[in-house]
Amino acid sequence: MFFNFIDELRAAGIPASFKEHLVLLEALDKDVIEQTPEAFYYLSRATFVKDEGLLDRFDQVFNKVFKGLLTNYGQNPVDIPEDWLKAVAEKFLTPEEMAEIEKLGSWEEIMETLKKRLKEQQKRHEGGNKWVGTGGTSPYGNSGYNPEGVRIGGEGGNKRALKVWEKREFQNLDNTRELGTRNIKIALRRLRRFAREGHLDELDIDATIDGTARQGWLDIKMRAERRNAVKVLLFLDVGGSMDPFIKLVEELFSAASAEFKNLEFFYFHNCLYEGVWKDNKRRWSERTNTWDILHKYGHDYKVIFVGDAAMSPYEITHPGGSVEHFNEEAGTEWLRRVAHVYPATVWINPVPEKQWSYSQSTKMIKELVGGSMYPLTLQGLDDAMRELTRKKH
Amino acid sequence: MARFEGTANYVATEDLKVAVNAAVLLRRPLLVKGEPGTGKTVLAHEIAKAVGAPLIEWNVKSTTKAQQGLYEYDAVARLRDGQLGDERVHDIANYIKKGKLWEAFTSRQLPVLLIDEIDKADIEFPNDLLQELDRMSFDVYETRERIEAKERPIVVITSNNEKELPDAFLRRCFFHYIKFPDRETMQAIIDVHFPGIQKTLVSKAMDIFYEVRDVPGLKKKPSTSELLDWLKLLLNEDMPLDVLQTKDPTKAIPPLHGALLKNEQDVMLFEKLAFMARRQN
Repeated sequence: MFFNFIDELRAAGIPASFKEHLVLLEALDKDVIEQTPEAFYYLSRATFVKDEGLLDRFDQVFNKVFKGLLTNYGQNPVDIPEDWLKAVAEKFLTPEEMAEIEKLGSWEEIMETLKKRLKEQQKRHEGGNKWVGTGGTSPYGNSGYNPEGVRIGGEGGNKRALKVWEKREFQNLDNTRELGTRNIKIALRRLRRFAREGHLDELDIDATIDGTARQGWLDIKMRAERRNAVKVLLFLDVGGSMDPFIKLVEELFSAASAEFKNLEFFYFHNCLYEGVWKDNKRRWSERTNTWDILHKYGHDYKVIFVGDAAMSPYEITHPGGSVEHFNEEAGTEWLRRVAHVYPATVWINPVPEKQWSYSQSTKMIKELVGGSMYPLTLQGLDDAMRELTRKKH
Repeated sequence: MARFEGTANYVATEDLKVAVNAAVLLRRPLLVKGEPGTGKTVLAHEIAKAVGAPLIEWNVKSTTKAQQGLYEYDAVARLRDGQLGDERVHDIANYIKKGKLWEAFTSRQLPVLLIDEIDKADIEFPNDLLQELDRMSFDVYETRERIEAKERPIVVITSNNEKELPDAFLRRCFFHYIKFPDRETMQAIIDVHFPGIQKTLVSKAMDIFYEVRDVPGLKKKPSTSELLDWLKLLLNEDMPLDVLQTKDPTKAIPPLHGALLKNEQDVMLFEKLAFMARRQN
């Protein structure tokens, strides 16, 4: 039962599993719901969808799978009782007219054609000689002058009440999910390495008990709290093509500084060269030599670049390619050095992933960081953090 | 068991009723999400009221550990008692403090267990509770006993956050997203909370409320609970109707806005809008 429903759900990217399917069947078995399409829709939604971002997709799948099936329950104006029509026709049509109709084929055929047309026809129709509607010469519809005209009482097909799942009320939740700092923090939290370092502020029960047993008196032992000891170097691209992403990057930055205790950040422009800076107002006067960074921070630092990687390829490959100054060594060299010193390096790109392939520089940089380029979305951040955790120094 | 149909104080939409009844009948946890202030926590209270069960509340904080929901062993107290020569020290069970889950499992009457704001805790928290919530039993290592629920309690879990709960955890739950109520539902909610309130006042207030919600760029959109607070204030202050009715754009900030706008940036945004409206005139 409903196997194609599961298949369709999975095809639409809703992680429905056999377990949930069984739950649904169990619920149906226990008569949790009244037997109406709406109740079934609500029940299956509560069973299969666990993320409000997927609600809209679920509505669409539900509509697709149950479209033809569910209408049997409700009032479907398209289903015209054939016998009734036949009776009406026999009553009002002369034998000649009946014979004319016969030309079109048998009653069954006419009804079949009618059904087909009703199905094909989506809009209200007036005039013409094929579609069902008003004032036409087609055998189907009303107010027409075709002698064969079968009057179809009461427009209904287009006005039928919209089913709940057809309203698609959750459309806004899909894919427009705000990447708030809280969500970013959650994604960043994947990157953790717990260690006890720093101030001794926690009672070490095991050591205390052990000490007390040995000494014979209460011997309190303290230890440092278990904290996330991961060390992060953040390089942020500023200016120019990064301007549209300021808010997004700001959020990422604020989340990162809240989440990582050992966070060092530096700014660069377009591509990494021999100097970076910490204060954008003094970017020319207070520069940090990139060599110093490579020497100062250990191999266990995780490096995150944030930038759109969109620039002229020369800015990466050629000495002197920088748009702002004359760089003696090419950006390639610098990126290679960083990737070499810090095996855990990722590049986070705020540009949507599908646009990457249009930019040659993006492809080059992706290659330089060992393919570890991720989009600045929750999923992308999540993947990036997993990658960083996976790569041990 | 009685079906959940909403209560005198709580307006439940059709989909919410189905989700709640499914969770109650099948005894699977119900995970409720939604904007803050749409009545997630209140729901658990109302379910408990509707099925006549006691409510056991477990408010999760960022420091909450899954183990605390089961039990805690107070080793320090035992150590201290050991020093003082207390008799109780010989029985380790004296130092085991029951957690909320234990309470729920052994409650004489079938309880409703509310695990409030599960997303506040550590990322591993839901995973740590997976087995316990699934089998409704756990072991106490110190005393070597197994705590088992005679009857599976009704579990309601609320979460404010997205994309954080592990899949394995989600598979075991029913899910309901409380969406922001439309005007009709909102009217029903207001009727429940303020019976006999002046109809015109409500409709004016709702106009303003939905307008405020539609202002782009608000940091925190006002929600149902804020509308109810605001109405209460308006009633208390005996705000004359024409203050709400004024269409003067220079007074873009609604009266007693403190109940609706909880963020100084939002208030400033409104002041700016009012200023721009004045300049245009």
